[in-house]
Amino acid sequence: MGEGEAARFMTYFLQQLINGIALGSIYGLIAIGYTMVYGIIGMINFAHGDIFMVGAFIALIAFLAVLSIGITMIPMALLIVLVVAMVLTAVWGWTVERVAYRPLRESFRLAPLITAIGMSIVLQNFIQVAQGARVKPLQPVITGGFEFFKEGDFTVIISNIQILIVVTTVVLMGVFWLIISRTALGRAQRACEQDRLMASLSGVNVDQTISLTFVIGAALASVAGLLYLLYYGVIDFYIGFIVGIKAFTAAVFGGIGSLPGAMFGGLVIGLIETFWSAYFTIEYKDVAAFSMLAIVLIFFPTGLLGRPEVEKV
Amino acid sequence: MAEPGTSLGQRLKSALTDSFLAGIIAFALFSLVLGLRSVDNVTGLTLQPRPMRLAVAVGIVFFGRLLLNLFVWQAEYPLTTPFAKLLRRDPFDKRDVVVLGATALLAVAGFIIAALFNAPAYELIAVAVLVFVGLGLLRRAIVHFFPDLPYAQFFVVAGILFAVFFPLTSFGLEKAFHLGLPLRYWFDLAILVLTYVMLGWGLNIVVGLAGLLDLGYVAFYAVGAYTFALLATHFGLGFWLCLPIAGLAAALWGIILGFPVLRLRGDYLAIVTLAFGEIVRIILLNWTEVTNGPNGILGIPRPTFFGLPFTPFGDGATFSQFFGIKYDPLQGIIFLYYVILALAFLTNLVTLRLRRLPIGRAWEAMREDEIACRSLGINTTITKLTAFATGAMFGGLAGSFFATRQGFISPESFTFIESAIILAIVVLGGMGSQLGVAIAAIVMVGGFEALRHTEGLQSFFGAGFDPALYRMLLFGLAMVGIMVWRPRGIIASRSPSIVLDDARPIPTDLVEEGRA
Repeated sequence: MGEGEAARFMTYFLQQLINGIALGSIYGLIAIGYTMVYGIIGMINFAHGDIFMVGAFIALIAFLAVLSIGITMIPMALLIVLVVAMVLTAVWGWTVERVAYRPLRESFRLAPLITAIGMSIVLQNFIQVAQGARVKPLQPVITGGFEFFKEGDFTVIISNIQILIVVTTVVLMGVFWLIISRTALGRAQRACEQDRLMASLSGVNVDQTISLTFVIGAALASVAGLLYLLYYGVIDFYIGFIVGIKAFTAAVFGGIGSLPGAMFGGLVIGLIETFWSAYFTIEYKDVAAFSMLAIVLIFFPTGLLGRPEVEKV
Repeated sequence: MAEPGTSLGQRLKSALTDSFLAGIIAFALFSLVLGLRSVDNVTGLTLQPRPMRLAVAVGIVFFGRLLLNLFVWQAEYPLTTPFAKLLRRDPFDKRDVVVLGATALLAVAGFIIAALFNAPAYELIAVAVLVFVGLGLLRRAIVHFFPDLPYAQFFVVAGILFAVFFPLTSFGLEKAFHLGLPLRYWFDLAILVLTYVMLGWGLNIVVGLAGLLDLGYVAFYAVGAYTFALLATHFGLGFWLCLPIAGLAAALWGIILGFPVLRLRGDYLAIVTLAFGEIVRIILLNWTEVTNGPNGILGIPRPTFFGLPFTPFGDGATFSQFFGIKYDPLQGIIFLYYVILALAFLTNLVTLRLRRLPIGRAWEAMREDEIACRSLGINTTITKLTAFATGAMFGGLAGSFFATRQGFISPESFTFIESAIILAIVVLGGMGSQLGVAIAAIVMVGGFEALRHTEGLQSFFGAGFDPALYRMLLFGLAMVGIMVWRPRGIIASRSPSIVLDDARPIPTDLVEEGRA
């Protein structure tokens, strides 16, 4: 391997690493929604990936609407879009829980999973009917970047949007961590996670806590949707399925119920996918992520940072 | 139901408040995604306001909830009571009779009006309502007058007879509703429904009997289809030879995919099987040298009748020549109908027999409680793998039938949504109940096929309205709605085939000592 070859290898590797971290941050944000819901009511919120998709669509439409009423200052516009998307997607999250999961909370274990699949179909097809089946391309909003590293002719570029993704994710994670560990809501959530009946006996409003969990998860997913929209510039009604499964893989990987685990798992899945596409075949990148899910669940059923689950009869 | 003694005004007020809140939430939900449509232009995306659709959607939520509040949720006498009573045993009172009578009258009136305006789709709806009420009343009457009669078996026998003589009755159906559809359409629809019945019964072994939630069932369907398609196109083998091979190949894949997931339970199992299903599809899509990728495999042969092909001319004798009858393309379709009917019956028969064998009991025991099952010495590894293999085998058989019926397969046909539809049929029919699965398949597949023929809706919503687009949306809504309404399925789910006859209460002192 010559000097230039080594430099090329190095820069390519670094570039992929940066791309992987950006992608992994988005997965991490979605994974939080899965991990919180699984932690608190023990179900896979199968529709969460589609909540992310709805969030991306709300962000897209809100962005176009904000531009059309004459706000052209991009940071201002994005801030408005962020707030609108978080609020409206949170309403979607709340509604899905209220309509499809709450009536079945005391039913048999698989019942809410079935309605979750139904809800996923509903959300996908609703968006398809309302917004059309074609992909929605958006002109690049945040452009530019800076040279992070230069070796001869080869450069590693961190784009501004990648910085935005990572910074937003880190800030939201921090806020979220504070909510869980410092506020009354976080305490109620942790109580519900440990023992729902006991929590309700101690005066925790369980229904409200669960609703708020869905609301927070949906709001974070909408942020992921906005970032995805800005990063890739293209969305369609089907993105929620694959991205959702990958984010779920991330949640499982980090150990379901664990917040740092979700972030960590998101990064790992993002890196695996990016490196697989870069060094092997791009067609099989989903196979890599799905195989990862199977391998993790088979060998580490409680994830890497999760607590072991006690079997009760 | 309302508290007794609440005045009409109070009820109205609370119903209005509740509906108003629901309307506000609906407005928030739909405001952006339905009220504004992003349209692709030369200059990029632009927005197109659609206030009417938004208003209609919010209106549906508001008035729908208001009506439900007034007449069902907060009503002293919920209007749904008599319909629920049709499925139960408690006696009717006067009001029930009035409501049922009014419904029947409305249905008859609807039928007459639909016939006058020549709207066959609405005729069918009216007839469906009448049949539901009629069958319910018939069942109630049988239960009332002959309490010991095994009436459920009458319905089963009637259903089987209908299925066997369907090719004859379909002529009658066409005559009765003059839908203007070719006979071939009815057979194709019946074949489609039966394919889903068979898939549902196959998955029922895994989900309903063994209690293993499999979200990747379509993988075995695909394995069966591709096994037959590849053997037929590369080696020129016929359908009947390939059918068992495809079944075995699918069963083998059931074991291969089942082995890694033995330790997983519940939701985790579901998500891993889903991943496996997707992996199979992605491989079929990208392994172009073998599967021809997204272009699929063409020219898959049709099944023959003991070597007699259903073609006008052939190398040897064809079916019509051999029997000395006039060639008609319908003969081949009717034959396909009986092939899938036989395959479906085979699936059902095997399931019914297996349920009485030790392995079937072990499946049901595992579904009820895996840990207890293991501590009683049942080998859960074998039990799970046989369940996966048996279910997969029927999926594979159905898959090779699908390939031979279509004559063309591509990975498009084996997406996750297919698995979800089959699972919905099993769960909504009532897990473990064979009859329920058959009914759910007919209602789901047949009902959504009927949506294709709603020209009336098109005249109402304008020419751009495509009912096919709404099929999956309604499908999802039905999945959620039925599940919330009857979590145990349309026909209540099956309890274990073998249970202890006398359930003895455990004495309190034993419970206190912790011995029970």
